[in-house]
Amino acid sequence: MAEDRGGTAILEVSHVTKRFGGLTALDDVTFRVEEGEIRGLIGPNGAGKSTMFKNIAGFYTPSSGDIRYRGQSIAGRKPHNIAELGVVRTFQETTLFQELCVFDNVLVGCHIRARSNLVAAILGLDRGRQRAARDKVDEVLEFMGLEDRRHQLASELPLGSQRALAIAIALACEPKLLLMDEPFAGMNAEETRHMMNLTRRVRESGISVVLVEHDMKAVMGLCGYLTVLNFGQLLAEGTPEEIRHDDRVIGAYLGGVR
Amino acid sequence: MPGKLKKILGGLALLAVLLVLPHLLEFHHQDLLIFLTINVLVVSSYRLVTLTGEWSLIHAVMMGVGGYTATLLFKNLELGMWFTLPLAGVVAAMVAGLLCFPLFRMTQFYFLIGSFAAGEAIRLCWIEFVNPFGGTGGLSGVEPPLIGGIDFLEPVPYFYLTLAVVGLCLLILYRIEKSRIGLTLHSVHWKAPLAESVGVDTWRYRALAFIIGSFFVGIAGGLKVHYLGTITPNQFGVGFMVFILIWVIVGGYNRFYGPIIGVVVLTLFDESIRSFDEVRPAIYGAVLILSILFLPMGLESLPARMRQWMGRASAAASSRMTDG
Repeated sequence: MAEDRGGTAILEVSHVTKRFGGLTALDDVTFRVEEGEIRGLIGPNGAGKSTMFKNIAGFYTPSSGDIRYRGQSIAGRKPHNIAELGVVRTFQETTLFQELCVFDNVLVGCHIRARSNLVAAILGLDRGRQRAARDKVDEVLEFMGLEDRRHQLASELPLGSQRALAIAIALACEPKLLLMDEPFAGMNAEETRHMMNLTRRVRESGISVVLVEHDMKAVMGLCGYLTVLNFGQLLAEGTPEEIRHDDRVIGAYLGGVR
Repeated sequence: MPGKLKKILGGLALLAVLLVLPHLLEFHHQDLLIFLTINVLVVSSYRLVTLTGEWSLIHAVMMGVGGYTATLLFKNLELGMWFTLPLAGVVAAMVAGLLCFPLFRMTQFYFLIGSFAAGEAIRLCWIEFVNPFGGTGGLSGVEPPLIGGIDFLEPVPYFYLTLAVVGLCLLILYRIEKSRIGLTLHSVHWKAPLAESVGVDTWRYRALAFIIGSFFVGIAGGLKVHYLGTITPNQFGVGFMVFILIWVIVGGYNRFYGPIIGVVVLTLFDESIRSFDEVRPAIYGAVLILSILFLPMGLESLPARMRQWMGRASAAASSRMTDG
């Protein structure tokens, strides 16, 4: 099924199965993501998109099969190890540090670059590194258009800015592969357009993107290639044009074909 | 910078008061002042543990680990206080480090119960292993140091010594909280999955907070036993743990100084109702309930609440004016 389109693979998912007790949420799914693309992972409710996503980010361990990032197996590793390698996820709900200001939210995202040991922290020997982290936060806030909101609490932001902040936190981590979990959910047309532009800018800055999404219009406009899941299995892969005319996909979305 | 100058002046004023204070008190109150100073370190170190959102019930026992360490080192190896104090902290931190492996497999309520069980297990060891821990009766004969002719058995010199040690520990705790590590501990508390997704090893940071907190409460235990001279398992039982929780909750745990306010105010309050004798626990309990009902964020939130009330009162007054 996994079609080789000639690029270098950044992510290879091979024969991944995930069972929860008697329920098989993912059944032998195989696909690959090329460097520099925006890949859409779509499918009707309960298709296993989010489960796939959590397996890649390390929040679940696959029951069988392997996940490789740049040739290195990451299946079953802890989320923080995977983040260190350069695979960073965002969250479906507006998962932010609500009680911190925008700046501090992004500052937490700089963890890998800015973490310091106890002695350095007590004696203030890590000042250079902390200054570098602050500069990085400024850079990310400007990139995401959040610089005017830097002192606002995360909980006080409008939905669009909260989503942008979620991505800013992930970008502060300097990922090579960004996994976005339904970034368009609940957004109006204006916010969706803004978020699409942001996602494109992320890709242009050299980061590959996998996004799980329900909003078909946004996905079609953004992704060069789509992977469709249904009932835990790979249903189809192809360009938006191909997917739009694929009978199996149409059937799955209308609730007919198994 | 006038703000910074104000802070420095405030700090100097506080220091001056603390230095003069023991000379104005009678013997009994000097004692109390020393234990209060030690308890300030107990609650401040507990706050660091709670920064990751995990409330343990083993903190009092960790203080005992420090206390027993200092006692045994003093009695068996005749080490002076300069060695027993840091080693009390180190041993408490090491015990905490070992306990991390079973305890941090749990979170929230399960962690609370698990930490309580682990603490009781340690306390039972002190009771059951009469050699070396002395059983229920504990150990005695620990003495404070004698340096350059100053006898630290006297309350005033010992208070100064305690003040210096506790002051240094608080400074370190404060620096940790305000550092990158403090920010990371907060992030583990509020949204652990999000922290993990940007590379934070949440297990390690929970363990780190627990180990650092235990280190400093171990030092507090050493300070206490060197003044009191005796140590028993019952000093570090559930009763004392409940007091720690009350001090922290009544003082407020959202700011560094909240628990310190809590322990100071409640100790002073408890002392001021000493003459009521048998109804004293009832009064104490009533005040606790009232403070939690009306100041759920702790005494530290009082200034903000006052401002809010004043604002509401003046708003009500002005609206009455316009109505009239």
